[in-house]
Amino acid sequence: MQHTGKEKAWWAGANTLVIAFAIIPVLWILSLSLKDRSTLGDGSVIPKKWSLDNYQEIFKADEFVNAFVNSIIVALVTTAIAIVIGSMAAYALARLEFPGKRLMLGASLAIAMFPLISLVGPIFDVWRRVGLFDTRPGLIIPYLAFSLPLAIYTLSAFFREIPWDLEQAAQVDGATPMQAFRKVIIPLAAPGVFTSAILVFIFSWQEFLLAISLTSTDNARTVPAALAFFTGESQFTQPTGSIAAAAVVVTVPIVIMVLIFQRRIVAGLTAGAVKG
Amino acid sequence: MAEIQFDHVTKRYGDGFEAVKDMNLEIADGEFLILVGPSGCGKSTALRMVAGLEDITDGELRIGGEVVNEKAPKDRDIAMVFQSYALYPHMTVRENMAFPLKLAGVDKGEADRRVTEAAKVLDLEQHLDRKPANLSGGQRQRVAMGRAIVRDPKAFLMDEPLSNLDAKLRVQMRAEVSRLQTSLGTTTVYVTHDQTEAMTLGDRVAVMRAGILQQVDTPKVLYERPANLFVAGFIGSPSMNFFTGHVEGDRLRLPFGDVPLADHHRKALEQEGLRGDIIVGMRPEHFEDAALIGDQESQGVTFDAPIEVTESMGSEIYAYFSYEGGEVASEELQELAADAGAADLPSSGGSQAVARLNPESDVCHGQTTRLWVDASRMHLFHPQDGHALRADGDGAPAAPSGRFAREHEREAQEREPEERPAM
Ligand SMILES: Nc1ncnc2c1ncn2[C@@H]1O[C@H](COP(=O)(O)OP(=O)(O)OP(=O)(O)O)[C@@H](O)[C@H]1O
Ligand SMILES: [Mg+2]
Repeated sequence: MQHTGKEKAWWAGANTLVIAFAIIPVLWILSLSLKDRSTLGDGSVIPKKWSLDNYQEIFKADEFVNAFVNSIIVALVTTAIAIVIGSMAAYALARLEFPGKRLMLGASLAIAMFPLISLVGPIFDVWRRVGLFDTRPGLIIPYLAFSLPLAIYTLSAFFREIPWDLEQAAQVDGATPMQAFRKVIIPLAAPGVFTSAILVFIFSWQEFLLAISLTSTDNARTVPAALAFFTGESQFTQPTGSIAAAAVVVTVPIVIMVLIFQRRIVAGLTAGAVKG
Repeated sequence: MAEIQFDHVTKRYGDGFEAVKDMNLEIADGEFLILVGPSGCGKSTALRMVAGLEDITDGELRIGGEVVNEKAPKDRDIAMVFQSYALYPHMTVRENMAFPLKLAGVDKGEADRRVTEAAKVLDLEQHLDRKPANLSGGQRQRVAMGRAIVRDPKAFLMDEPLSNLDAKLRVQMRAEVSRLQTSLGTTTVYVTHDQTEAMTLGDRVAVMRAGILQQVDTPKVLYERPANLFVAGFIGSPSMNFFTGHVEGDRLRLPFGDVPLADHHRKALEQEGLRGDIIVGMRPEHFEDAALIGDQESQGVTFDAPIEVTESMGSEIYAYFSYEGGEVASEELQELAADAGAADLPSSGGSQAVARLNPESDVCHGQTTRLWVDASRMHLFHPQDGHALRADGDGAPAAPSGRFAREHEREAQEREPEERPAM
């Protein structure tokens, strides 16, 4: 397709606008986190006095480091379980005919749509009773409940795209159904697996409502909740700088995740399987 | 290597549709069997039942004498080439071909050796480290073949393996498949709906229609002694012309004239006790320009044919002519044709017929030409169920002597008594 110069300029303008809209708050936080305390409120984008004090401070505090560790463990475990169970469930939904299939898909979608806020109260009570309150599993379990349907949904869409023939070819070639799944289906669904993994990871990484309601100490408190408990040096100073620094730090894993997997999330991996 | 037996095999799909009905077929060890029929007739279903990809509803399927109904595909030791090739896109050609070996636990050195060997046979050596996506259609097809032959399975199953290739490549690969099968000597079932493949590749051809096996025999017998209207119309290109004929004494009234009934025809009619309307099939090559037939005229009938279209192929001319008379009868034929499955055929019950003429003929479209047809070689079919009317043991009309022997060198041969068609 040929584009005229005018069209190109238009698209470039629109893209810049959208990117700016998304990136300005991030830049702002980054700039805040790098400002010296005395220039915090000066309103300039480029810090007049650079300092890494804020970063040093948050890593000195156990509060943040513990929360960071909690966050990583909770998010990774949730992602791993959701992907393993989710891919099996999605495979069944995409490939097998069984009674109640529609109902299952519908139910899982409905669960994903359920407003979190209406569940916080009951979960809180139950967790207190069964001793899951303020523990990491206490967060992982409800996160799974919400991220599994998401994973199942995205994964089954990808599985449906994989030609049936490939799997049957594998079976005729001597693979057990499990081998066919592991060696043919999963590698081909890799873009879908990574996409779902990122979605689930981000969901559990940034979740705030359950995190703040179901934790009370450093035991299980994740970063989003911990940020809310940041205090300044004294009760008269605002923790703005350290919150900004923490926000930057917690963004980093997400950016790394996306950068690593981005290359793998390319469509067209199945090109060449069957004559197109 | 092993023989494959279908013993009253039926396949009913989940929605109640019977795709294969009471199929009985024995494929000998090392045989190359072609399964042919119109689209949707159940060829793939039959093949997939052998592979174990489709459950068998009824009957028994045996491979090498062993009932395999309940066996998983991986335990049947069978290799299949899919129409889509079904190459694993995330693996290189080498990995694709080695995949069955790896699953079978063949050690790496041995696997490498076999893959290299197969690649040499299929001329794929320089492509071993490429991904299927980067290969041409013909190369992909060969990789699919390679994946099948590395393993030395009991049987090869091929589902229209060449249908995605262009015409030229198809001819080339057809020869390749034939060569491979001969040298490996592995039992092969090959599904196609290509006439040429069916007639040239296999030892025997099984013709299917609507889930029912119509006739299984060598290409030659199928062509010369079709068991019924469907096989007669399906095998051969251009296909056989069908007319309604009316038997009167020892003469047969055709739309374009009366012909004397040959002895074997009369005998067949007598055996069936048939009078009146019957269906008559005439192959295009049994017509000839009346000016070129010499002394054979008495065997048949000459008539004036208004030629509508001619197609000159160089070595022969196809002349399409219209005929009149028997419109009522033609309606009847159509009904029967639909019944007997001739409705699936390209030219049935129409009022246009095609003749294959000697290139020396000076037919011209838009003109009326005097044509001759060899009545002794026509096929007669039962007007109700479409089965071929033949006096047993009498055989198909023998090849005529003289200048046409070239086209008709297929001779009637001694053969087992023909069974009644399964219609
Ligand atoms: N999963 C299925 N469920 C129900 N009916 C099916 C199913 N698969 C195939 N059929 C039907 O069974 C019949 C035979 O199908 P099959 O694929 O064996 O045909 P085919 O002879 O291979 O045709 P083609 O030459 O077009 O490949 C068809 O009429 C089809 O509609
Ligand atoms: Mg088919």
